[in-house]
Order: sequence, then structure tokens, then C-alpha cells
Amino acid sequence: MSEVLTDIQGGQPARRRRVLPEGVFGWMLVGPAMLFIAVIVAWPLAETIRLSFMDAGLGGEEYVGLANYQDLLDSRKFHQTVVRTFYWMFLSVGLKLVLGLIGAVLLNAAIPGRALFRVLVMPPWVIPIAIGCIGWLWLYNGYFGVLSGTMMSLGITDGPFEFLAYKQSAFYSAVVTDVWVGTPMVTLFLLAAMQGVSRDLYEAAWVDGAGRWYRFRRITIPQIMPVIVSMALLSAIWTFNSFEVIWILTEGGPRSATTTLIVDTYKVAIGNYKFGEGAARAVIIVFLLAVFSLIYLFFLNKVNKHYGVK
Amino acid sequence: MMDRYSKLQLVGIYAAVLVFLTFILLPFFEMFMASLRPLEHLFRSPYQFWSDDFSFQAYRDMWDTVPLLGRYIFNSVYIASMVTGITMIFVVPAAYAYARLNFPFKNGSLAIFLGVNMFTGAVLLIPLYRVLRSLGLLNTYWAMIVPGVAFLIPTGIWLLRSYLEKIPRELEEAAYVDGASRLYTLRRVVLPLAVPGLIVVGVSVFIGAYAQQFLFAITFNQERELQPLPAGLYEFIGYQSVTWNEMMAAALVGVLPVMVIFLFLQKYLVAGLTAGAVKE
Repeated sequence: MSEVLTDIQGGQPARRRRVLPEGVFGWMLVGPAMLFIAVIVAWPLAETIRLSFMDAGLGGEEYVGLANYQDLLDSRKFHQTVVRTFYWMFLSVGLKLVLGLIGAVLLNAAIPGRALFRVLVMPPWVIPIAIGCIGWLWLYNGYFGVLSGTMMSLGITDGPFEFLAYKQSAFYSAVVTDVWVGTPMVTLFLLAAMQGVSRDLYEAAWVDGAGRWYRFRRITIPQIMPVIVSMALLSAIWTFNSFEVIWILTEGGPRSATTTLIVDTYKVAIGNYKFGEGAARAVIIVFLLAVFSLIYLFFLNKVNKHYGVK
Repeated sequence: MMDRYSKLQLVGIYAAVLVFLTFILLPFFEMFMASLRPLEHLFRSPYQFWSDDFSFQAYRDMWDTVPLLGRYIFNSVYIASMVTGITMIFVVPAAYAYARLNFPFKNGSLAIFLGVNMFTGAVLLIPLYRVLRSLGLLNTYWAMIVPGVAFLIPTGIWLLRSYLEKIPRELEEAAYVDGASRLYTLRRVVLPLAVPGLIVVGVSVFIGAYAQQFLFAITFNQERELQPLPAGLYEFIGYQSVTWNEMMAAALVGVLPVMVIFLFLQKYLVAGLTAGAVKE
């Protein structure tokens, strides 16, 4: 600190000089990052939109107008994929929030060992998603996995049960893994929000004889509501786009039971080199996400107003 | 007083914590158990919870089965480090601008950055593939580094901005009064003060970069020698005879570097990451 100040004093003598206008300097600093995003995100996005009107593959491109979109609108399979994606999202996000809230309450309780518990919650969030999924792949194994093994020794099933081999069980297994990936972060953010609630509120309520449940319902929940809403919508976006979990567990199978929009897009575009059809799917995803972010902002505003948060 | 629990409540809380942590840690525990089992025991059905022939043999054999394992781990760390370094070069000036300066289109451009968060790479894979191909970057480290940087810049700006806003303005103003230029002030006054924040943001970018290599790696890179750990291991899972015990051992050893970093820095990391979210 003192070193810094000597630096300044010793650096240049005070004299009148031309200072860069703030606006120019600001853009000098932001410009490089903006340019990078423009090349790697914005331009490909524009290119995706263009491609969605093309019949494009490895061979070349041909303008086909709205044909790609028309095909999707007519396809029952695609409708099912859209419905499945939303079901996937609502189920997974709902579970993440419920578990995250429970986890945050538990880790916020003044009990010995909580510092350790807080650290132990985080590994799924820190390690590569793909590695965690390889672990789940093993858990779900019917012959050698612990889940099937436990079910057999408890007598729930007679023989080995392959979780990822049947449509229903594969879907819900993927949901459980996705919840596992997402819960630590939700827990962490809700925990931080709870710690930000002023103790005075709790003490005042406590003096008035309010019980724990009452304090949780009437103080904690309203106070952290803005964070809950923003976590809900952020994790909705991430869950909608969740790719690695599904890809590693099932690659979208069995018989498309776990194919969400993002997996479908990947299979069509990268797996089958149908760039145009893939691009049309990507545009639909972007459109749905844009609608989402609007709802997100709208909600956040409303909730913040309701709870009097700036 | 208010925080005191009865015995029964304490038991309930600990039981709930136990269930919660079991869910979170079960895959790691099972991965570890699998890594200790000899292969012929691993493929024994019905499942056995305990056995007496546990050994660390897999941790020795995995280097033969996955000959490139060391390379994969190196690649993962290398890619994540490069992504972190480059991301920070873009993030630091931009975050400072958003924290301190007024310039035209400031809020609009910030919204664009945050909007990038809404897309994942998967949506843009097709054109990104072609961009990287025309730049001649396919099947190089850069094919995995460049997209990684793009998707981490927004988060980095967001996190660092809230950090920089907490540094008192007076010091910068003092520097101006003494005649320092804007860039000089940023370099010699603001950055030294922001070191703790830079570490937090740097580490969280590193973890993000480490966690998100899979998609870009399997799409943009076919060179086995360049694959990061998740993609490298994933390749083995498709094989007929997966040596699961070695696979699990390799996975656990592979995440060790990031776990060590995390354990050392978790306190700061958590505080820094949540600062942006719960400011009010």
C-alpha cells in the first residue's frame, strides 16, 4: 500500500496533461472482450440463423426457406422432444431448489461440524461434470452397481436392474444425476443468502415468542426470495441446456427417452452432419431461452418490488 | 439462546445432514470402492458390499491401461490454465470499466455479456465448428481454449466487477490528482488492491474451465494426445471390456489437482462467488 503511494508520488510530477475522455477509455477496456464475444458467440449465432434456412451438410448449402422449420413443426417426434425438455427442466429444477433449500437450512444450523459439512457438499460442483457422470454410470449398472445391488439384497427386485436400459427409469435416473450436479451450487447460493439476513430480525421475532418454523416461513423465506427466484431461473436455463449428463449416461436413449432439445440438436448437427436442420433446432432453443430470460427479468422485478428490494 | 437445539432436534438435524451428504458423496464413495476392487471381484454378481481383497493395484495398472492418462491430466490442467489466463486478460480491464467508468452504451453492452450466459456452447456448435475450421484451429489445443474463454468472459466480468466496486475510490482519485494517467492508475493502484478478488475470480474461472472441457473436446478435437481427462476417459467407456476399477482410479486421480486447489481456496471462493448474488 505505501509502496503504491510512493510509486504514484515518485512516478510523474503533477502537471496539466490531456486525460483520455472517460467514454473512450471505457471502450478501450471493454472493446477487446466485446470483440472476442462477437467473433466466437455473436457471429456464430448469426450464422446459425442463416444456416437454419439452408439445406446444409458436408456437401454444400442450398437455400430452402422455411422448410427446416416446417419439418420440425410437422414432426410429432419433435413435439415430444419439446415437451420432454420442459418436463425435464421443471422436474430437475424443482428438485434442485427443494434439495438446495433443505441443504442450505441444514448447513446454516448452528451445529458442531458445519464448516466441514459445507465443504463436503461441494465436490459435485467442482469436479468436471463428465467425471461425476462416469461415477453415476457405474452406480446405475445393473449387475455391479450399488443401487441395483441394494435393491436385490432388500428383495425389491429379483434380479439385476439396469437403470439406464428402460425408457422410464433412464429418464428419471438422468434427472437424479442432473439434480446431483446442480444441487450443490443452489445450496451454496441459498446458504449465502440466508447468512445475509439480519440477525436482528430473528432476535426480534424470537423475543416475541416466534418458533423456528414461524421464523423460517415469515423471515427467512421472504428475505431470500429474490435469490430463490434468480436461482430458479438461472438453473432453469442451465438445466434446459444440460448436455453432458444425458450424453454420458444414455446419449439420449433408450429409444429417445432422454433426448432433450439440446441432445437432439447435437445428434442431428454433429452426429449426422445435417447442419441446416440442426441450426433450425438451435434457433428454436435460442428463441425459447430468450422468452425465458424475459420472463426471468419480469419475475425478478415483480418479486423484488413485492419484497421491497432494490 | 435462540440457536440452541434440543437433543432430539440435534439428532434430527444430523440425520438429515447424513442423508443429504450421502446423496452428494455416494458416487465418489462408490468410485473409490470400485477402484479398490480387483477386476474379477468387480464383475461379481450379485453385488457385494464388502470384501477382503481390496487393493490399490488399479492405481498402478491404470497407467498401462490408459497409457495417455498422465497426458490427459496434463492437458486438462494446461487447457484450464490457458483459458484462465486469457480470460483474465479480457476480464480485468472490462470489469474495471464496468465498475468505475461511464461510457456510452454501458448498460446495453453489459446486458449483452450477461446474455451470453444464456447460451451454452452446444447451441452454437455448428458454426463454431466452421469458424474454428476456417481459422485452422480444429484438432489443436486452441479449439478447446478459444470457445472456453468466450463462455467464461461474462461470468468473470460479473464477478470481478462486484469485487472492484468495493475498493474505495479515494485512492484512484488521489492518483489522478498527482497526475497519474488512467492506465497507470489501473495498473499501479487498482490492480494491486484487487489481488484477493483476482485470485477468487481466477480460481472460479479455472474451475469452470476445468469442468466444461468435455463438449468442446469431443466436438472440436480428434487428436487423442490433446484430449483433456473427461474426454479421454469417456473414450474408454465405449470399449467392450471396460476395466472399471482402473477407470475409477484414473478419474479420481484426475480430479485431484482441482480438488487440492479447491480445498485450499474454498473459503475465499465461496465468499467471492456469492458476493455478486446477494449484494442486497
